[in-house]
Amino acid sequence: MSFERSGYTNPRSTLPQPPKPSNPIRTLSILFLVLLAFGGVALAQGATKINLGLDLRGGTSVTLQPKVQPGEEGRVTPESIDQAVNIIRQRVDGVGVAESEVSAQGTGTNRQIVISVPGETGRRIIDLVGQTAELRFRQVIIETTDAAAKDLLDDASLPAGITPEIAEQFRTLDCALTAERGGGILDDPAAVMVACDRDGFVKYLLAPAEVLGTDVSGAQAVYDATTALGWYVSLDFSSEGGKKFAAVTSQVVNNPSPQNQLAIVLDGLVVSAPRINEAITGGQAQITGDFTQLEAQDLANVLKYGSLPLAFERGEVQQISATLGAEQLDAGLLAGIVGLLLVILYSVLYYRGLGLVAVGSLVVAAYINIFAFALLSEWIGFTLTLAGIAGAIVSIGITADSFVLYFERLRDEVREGKSIKTAVETAWIRARRTVIVSDVVSLIAAVLLYIFAVGGVRGFAFTLGLSTLIDLLVIFFFSKPLVVLLSRLKFFQRGATLSGMSPMSLGLKPAATKEVSNGQTS
Amino acid sequence: MAKRHEVGSLGGRLYRGEVSLDIVGRRRQWYTVSLVLFILSCSAFFFKGLTLGIEFKGGTVITVSSTQADATNARQTLESLPFINGLIVQELGSDKVRIQTDALEPSELNEVQDLLASRYSIALETIDVQAIGPSWGEEITRKGTIGLVAFLVIVVIYLALTFEPKMGLAALLALFHDVFITVGIYALVGFEVSPATLIGFLTILAYSLYDTVVVFDKVRENTKNITQVARLTYSQAANLAVNQTLIRSINTSIIAVLPVASLLFVGAGLLGAGTLKDIALVLFVGLIIGTFSSIFIATPFLASLREREPAMIALAKRVNSRGGGESESAPVQRAQPKRKKRK
Repeated sequence: MSFERSGYTNPRSTLPQPPKPSNPIRTLSILFLVLLAFGGVALAQGATKINLGLDLRGGTSVTLQPKVQPGEEGRVTPESIDQAVNIIRQRVDGVGVAESEVSAQGTGTNRQIVISVPGETGRRIIDLVGQTAELRFRQVIIETTDAAAKDLLDDASLPAGITPEIAEQFRTLDCALTAERGGGILDDPAAVMVACDRDGFVKYLLAPAEVLGTDVSGAQAVYDATTALGWYVSLDFSSEGGKKFAAVTSQVVNNPSPQNQLAIVLDGLVVSAPRINEAITGGQAQITGDFTQLEAQDLANVLKYGSLPLAFERGEVQQISATLGAEQLDAGLLAGIVGLLLVILYSVLYYRGLGLVAVGSLVVAAYINIFAFALLSEWIGFTLTLAGIAGAIVSIGITADSFVLYFERLRDEVREGKSIKTAVETAWIRARRTVIVSDVVSLIAAVLLYIFAVGGVRGFAFTLGLSTLIDLLVIFFFSKPLVVLLSRLKFFQRGATLSGMSPMSLGLKPAATKEVSNGQTS
Repeated sequence: MAKRHEVGSLGGRLYRGEVSLDIVGRRRQWYTVSLVLFILSCSAFFFKGLTLGIEFKGGTVITVSSTQADATNARQTLESLPFINGLIVQELGSDKVRIQTDALEPSELNEVQDLLASRYSIALETIDVQAIGPSWGEEITRKGTIGLVAFLVIVVIYLALTFEPKMGLAALLALFHDVFITVGIYALVGFEVSPATLIGFLTILAYSLYDTVVVFDKVRENTKNITQVARLTYSQAANLAVNQTLIRSINTSIIAVLPVASLLFVGAGLLGAGTLKDIALVLFVGLIIGTFSSIFIATPFLASLREREPAMIALAKRVNSRGGGESESAPVQRAQPKRKKRK
């Protein structure tokens, strides 16, 4: 469409011409520059390492399945799973291991939560993630924004119910440290507790829980446009819960600050500690404040799903020691290197001079693969697993198949009596179609495998698909131009024994040999 | 050197049809071989069944690394626990023991780990564990079945869209041939089936499929104007195509098998049971069967189908009356006319 404007005219539209031979040196130089730039971008992006999966570096991974009682299927919703993911993430973050991941996988009621913690293989993680989240309402006794404050309680004049041990615990707790924040602690509702808020800015001493999460029947984020309220959270209690809530609110409402606040504690961390302005007797409460929409929705979710905690069971647990991880990595790499060497050896023995093209193609493909892995690690959090390494190794066969197809076609064309120079182009036109078809088939397969993969073998499909794409790139922009270039060498044109194109090795009769060396076609 | 020249010249002679392996003509032999394999596979599958890995049925695998550990003392240690069922203990190398049991409750797993750690005086952190809950196994089985069926359905759609109907049918038959016989071998030998096996298996189906694509491409080329030229019957032209792509098929298969063999013998040899072994083993078995089926089943079956068409029957008559009238197949010396034309 833009051809005319740019003054481009297709010469073939007026005169049928033989296929214009491409300029192999230009293609190869461009490819070389692109590859250098690619490596440069990878290094500039800081993508210098490939993320390794847990099976290659050691660590713990746990898959949790929602445990659904008959008749309660409706409980498992995307929201409740997301809420569970958040709670578990909080707990895992509390352990303080870098690069821990908590995510939901699957769809609908088949969603699972996958937790992976690299480098940790103790029992701590597994115990931590399996617990059920608990929501409690506790009256605030002391609130301080000075997380490191040490001089808060005088042992001589402790409030009722506070032991010197608790006082000491309260003084020494440093909420600024994730490891001390204590998310995931299953607190005893009947006891006084020391807690931090989620972000570690505020430290609380809290009274025993009067109202539990099970007393909440619903919560919603509501926007009030008419008054100045803005976003707030509306909270509904069960009839039993409403009575308990009425009792506790009428008890605290006249206290001095901060003892007129009621902390909402989820999983050992204070989510919010609203001030009680009046005794709430109707079984319905509103939590107001300068909430953004997101904050209001988050709090509503905590109240709603924290009160209906999903129970989970362990679907799959994997604990891989660092030693085993290193062994798997070594074995995978060794298998890859041996596999690559075997293919190279076979190609050179069978195809001689052309085998060099095969070797070069495999090396270029390996180069692109490694940098692609590093870049994808950086960009989309790609992790290389043992199955992924297997996929990359298997793809050596697919890459090799592309030039086997081309080389065999090339040799067929020469057998038909074409000169090597012509054969290189005509064989390419025929082989190209098959190469594309076969790569497309294996690409479709890789995508399907990725979709249908179960267990931890998805990485296989990913690297297989990626390597297939890279193969297309390599055969078009490296292997083919290189063959064209080589075909211009005397060594190949006269069909030297070691070129892989010698008439003898192709099984041509002496008569046919002449045809080839004269460059004639009969 | 000498050998290489032989292979090379064989390639040339195969291409020109001077040497021709009568693959399509002898199709009844291959069908018989396949039918026998098929019956064996089915009986192995129904009478012996597949050995499913713990991923599908639930279970626990614990690997202990300690020079003191061996199969006997590990077994003794664990047999004292009342809740252990389905115990399988294997030694891996000189310092590792692999212990497999049925699915354990979380508290039971903790107890087993504690017991092993104290028995061999090793840290808990060094014990490798893979524990699959029973309901998770069901989930994996369900997903695996859906995956397999969906994959096959999409492949059939692909075949229907890209091939002539009869080619699609032949490719599909070759595909089912691969599925049944691989499953049969797994049942017969008792190789364990894991999700890694499944994904490797699906990869092989794709591989075998495109191997068939390459041969069929050549068949299509050779049979384009076959009724006008009337020099070869459909079977002969198809046989020529198989022969012409034979070296490529063999080379591709060898090159594909080499890295897989490396995975199987180097990778799995070092690690023992696990992902690498499962993927590599099924690829290794499947590649060999897939190569067999694309050479010996797909094209001969295609020829069987096409030879029933009235046009092809008429063609066979014309060709046979012209060329001295022999059977429909193309024995080794019959490809002579093509060579004469070259001179």
